[in-house]
Amino acid sequence: MSTFFESHWILSLLLIIPAVGAAGCLLVREDRSRHVALLTSVLTFVASLPLFWTFRPGTPAIQNYVSIPWIEAWGIGYTIGMDGISLLMVLLTTFVTPLAILGSYSYIQQKQRAYYAMMLVLLAAMIGVFIALDMFLFFLFWEIMLIPMYFLIGVWGGKRRIYAAVKFFLFTAIGSLLMLVAIVVMVYLYHRQFGVVTFAYNDLVQLPLTRGLQLPLFGAFALAFAIKVPLFPMHTWLPDAHVEAPTAGSVILAGVLLKMGTYGFLRFALPFFSHAATSPLVVNTIIVLSLIGIVYGAWVAAVQPDAKKLVAYTSIAHLGFVMLGLFALTSQGLQGGILQMVNHGISTGALFLLVGMLYERRHTRLIADFGGIAKVMPVFAASFLLVALSSIGLPGTNGFVGEFLILLGTFRKYPVAAFIAATGVIFAAAYMLPMVQRILYGEIEREENRALADIGMRERLVLAPALVMIVLIGVFPQPFLARTAASVDSLIDQVETRALSTPLLTGAADRRYDRMPILGIDELDREER
Amino acid sequence: MTLDFSLPIHYLWALLPEAVLAATGLLVLLLDVFQRGSRQEPSGPWVPWVAMVGVLLAALANGLLIGFDAPVRTGMIAMDAFRIATNFIFLGTTLFGLLFAVDYLRREGLDVGEFYFLVLMATVGMMLLAGSRDLIVVFVALELMSLSVYVLTGFNRNDPRSAEGALKYFLMGAFASGFLLYGIALIFGASGSTNLALVTAEISRATASGDFLLLAGVVLLVVGFSFKVSAVPFHMWTPDAYEGAPTPVTGYMAAGVKAAGVAALLRIVTIELAPAVSVWGAVLWWLAVLTMIVPNFIALAQDNVKRMLAYSSIAHAGYLLVGVVAASSLGRAASLLYLAIYAMMTLGAFGVVYVVAGRGDARGTLADYRGLGWRRPLLGAVLVVFLLSLAGFPPTGGFIGKLYLLMAAVESGHVDLAVILVLTSFVSYYYYLRVVWKMYFEEAPEDVPVPVVPGAAFRLAAVVSAAAIVAAGIFPGLVISTAEAVGEDLSPRQVAPLSQPVTPPRAIETTTD
Repeated sequence: MSTFFESHWILSLLLIIPAVGAAGCLLVREDRSRHVALLTSVLTFVASLPLFWTFRPGTPAIQNYVSIPWIEAWGIGYTIGMDGISLLMVLLTTFVTPLAILGSYSYIQQKQRAYYAMMLVLLAAMIGVFIALDMFLFFLFWEIMLIPMYFLIGVWGGKRRIYAAVKFFLFTAIGSLLMLVAIVVMVYLYHRQFGVVTFAYNDLVQLPLTRGLQLPLFGAFALAFAIKVPLFPMHTWLPDAHVEAPTAGSVILAGVLLKMGTYGFLRFALPFFSHAATSPLVVNTIIVLSLIGIVYGAWVAAVQPDAKKLVAYTSIAHLGFVMLGLFALTSQGLQGGILQMVNHGISTGALFLLVGMLYERRHTRLIADFGGIAKVMPVFAASFLLVALSSIGLPGTNGFVGEFLILLGTFRKYPVAAFIAATGVIFAAAYMLPMVQRILYGEIEREENRALADIGMRERLVLAPALVMIVLIGVFPQPFLARTAASVDSLIDQVETRALSTPLLTGAADRRYDRMPILGIDELDREER
Repeated sequence: MTLDFSLPIHYLWALLPEAVLAATGLLVLLLDVFQRGSRQEPSGPWVPWVAMVGVLLAALANGLLIGFDAPVRTGMIAMDAFRIATNFIFLGTTLFGLLFAVDYLRREGLDVGEFYFLVLMATVGMMLLAGSRDLIVVFVALELMSLSVYVLTGFNRNDPRSAEGALKYFLMGAFASGFLLYGIALIFGASGSTNLALVTAEISRATASGDFLLLAGVVLLVVGFSFKVSAVPFHMWTPDAYEGAPTPVTGYMAAGVKAAGVAALLRIVTIELAPAVSVWGAVLWWLAVLTMIVPNFIALAQDNVKRMLAYSSIAHAGYLLVGVVAASSLGRAASLLYLAIYAMMTLGAFGVVYVVAGRGDARGTLADYRGLGWRRPLLGAVLVVFLLSLAGFPPTGGFIGKLYLLMAAVESGHVDLAVILVLTSFVSYYYYLRVVWKMYFEEAPEDVPVPVVPGAAFRLAAVVSAAAIVAAGIFPGLVISTAEAVGEDLSPRQVAPLSQPVTPPRAIETTTD
């Protein structure tokens, strides 16, 4: 059995189960599709869970690796595998999705078959993004994921759903398209240097790129990922998409989709373009943008009258923390960043679920419409409080571990940035606690709120796993950190050595090479002839 | 079998597919005359199937050509993998075009034998155009194709839009033919030959010495073809002709005529006129850029789906031209592959458009697509596949095609074209997505009736082409290696004993600053 979990079959199975389940959802009766979807997603989670233990920590090597030729003319393979970072992301995905599906049980009344099929397609695509080690395969999953999300927001979303869906789609697409050109240029350069056409990650990561070339290529990748994260000026799609999406859509968006951006930086942008990614220009820009995101996200969240929108803006702040940790490029910063990706997925996912439960009862999300809810919904109130505290980063919850590590890691290199980011933690309390207070405590002022039923069995089942994880990671983060440690150290090592060994611009040949992406690669050709 | 073009009978072998198709066309015309029709049913129900059998036979004959070889490259017709591949594309386009057309013609009462005759003849013209190695044949083929298509555009006599489109198309097309003919005349005047193999040798000399006559002829030739592929700024006829023509004809034109034009550009310009790359390279670069940018922005403002798709098909000519500008083996392979996939998706998209439009093509605006995806799930899903593929979204053939074009552009040094290609594709996302959101995100209004999905021919064609597009997106290995082999086969080899070795076409210098 353990050999099975060390083979690629388990990863392939994680793609196959949801795909089959999606087809199943379309075939069964309308009111049964949700059960099929829940069963499928739980099965996927159960199948993925043993990976946590069969994964061998302490080695940065890619595990469960396989490379099967697929489109041989272009050197494209079905290449998948995972290291510690992928492992946590995959588990986060399979963990969050069943909760999102179970959370949709009563909310989604229309067109259920299509809805649940979309959720499962999304699940497969998200897992695919985190395990793909072929640039073509990665791009395929990265793009396919847009389609179900577009439908989830557009069909089952709120009033401005069409605007939000299209905005989400177009924002993400523009970055991906430029990334595609960058991938093609890298494939071409690899072919030029080694005479082989390949899209394989392990090959392309070896490609030596001169400094001048790295910056535009990094820019193309970084734009795609920064939009997804989202980094500060590219964030405007996020509040719209989060607010208009159905609860489960927001949970998946916040829980997993945003992590694809940060994961992309870790897996692709940093190792591919080590020199550009560690150059002061890039690092300073990203750190400043992350800080703006942290502070701006917190301030804007503080004035939101709509609870869901408030939670959406907190995502910008949290992801700012993650980016800060990644680009500090210290062991603690990176580990904290990765852990914070998981934490944010769980906490913010749970927050969206909680807000969704309120919305289902009252059909409003305005904070002002509530008050004193704790009196009628005690279990709900306790859960809400715990999740909110974890989102702030209270010691004992998961959020503390992640943010503390990030601040620690950043402080070693950029003390000022760490200081500014630390104020973000205070701001977080300033927006989260008033919301908790205004919704849960005080007197019940509105008559409608007196009759609210506390959360039922299904809803408790949705929340319980998230609450357990919040406390578990909060008090015992070691198993999670241990699994990423080796990957993180190897990543830092790789990035730093490669950044130093990047060819300088010496001689005419290099200078020509350097201008290529701007002037067109023919520049080289002509002089060689 | 080795063909020797000094023996006239061998031309018959070389032209077997075209001959079969032309004979079928005449047969259809005759059979139709001798059968008794009525006002309700002017033509026998078996007529379209005869035409389709003819297409299949021609495809069979085309398959036979694979075994033929013509070592001397001075014949009037090419005998190479490229011709066979393009023939298959044209025949496939025709077959699917007819399958889509059958139900439409019946619905609109246009079901007469002449239609099939004209389609077959237009296809013969396309095949000859893509395979000719002599400028006279080029012209004859182009006219055969164009004249048939003019009539097809105006085939719905009762619809003023159809007549308007046909007239515009005819006038502009005649104008373009004039350009082409003048170009041929200049080339003939300067080189003393219409045979492209001989012209090529002349051109390498003329380029060196800057012979104005010959080079002006080359530019006119390029302009003539640009009309046919509807490259901006020679696209003015396209939206009206495409909107006015009976919808399946629009699909057939957008797929077939464009394919023929691009195939001619690939063979005649990037191979035979390769020495004059300094002349046509910059011209085609600008044509490609304009053709990618302009129609994509105009399409954003279209409310009529058919007209929007017309602009989208102009934009696709721009993408195809990227492969032509690349002018490498990879570029030719990429254009060829994209042509095949483009033919499928564009035929399919126009097919669905006529189904939604209903009798008399009354409902063609975006608003008529509201709720379609929930009312007609299969029709909606098929249209989504076509639209995603047109947008170049994975996992569809359209994505593979665009990726191939990107690779060709980057390989030949045109990173600028690659970037413009993706940015204009991005613009196109919006208007393709808009159809999807009308279909799924908005409720169907009560007063719009549910579209009637026609009979088996349409269903077969729609499902098969959608399945083929997805298959080409997920398992493109076979089509890519085929396209690659054809592209390499077409690329100049050391064959010409006529002059200096032909220099392979290189990337052109583009100064954008």
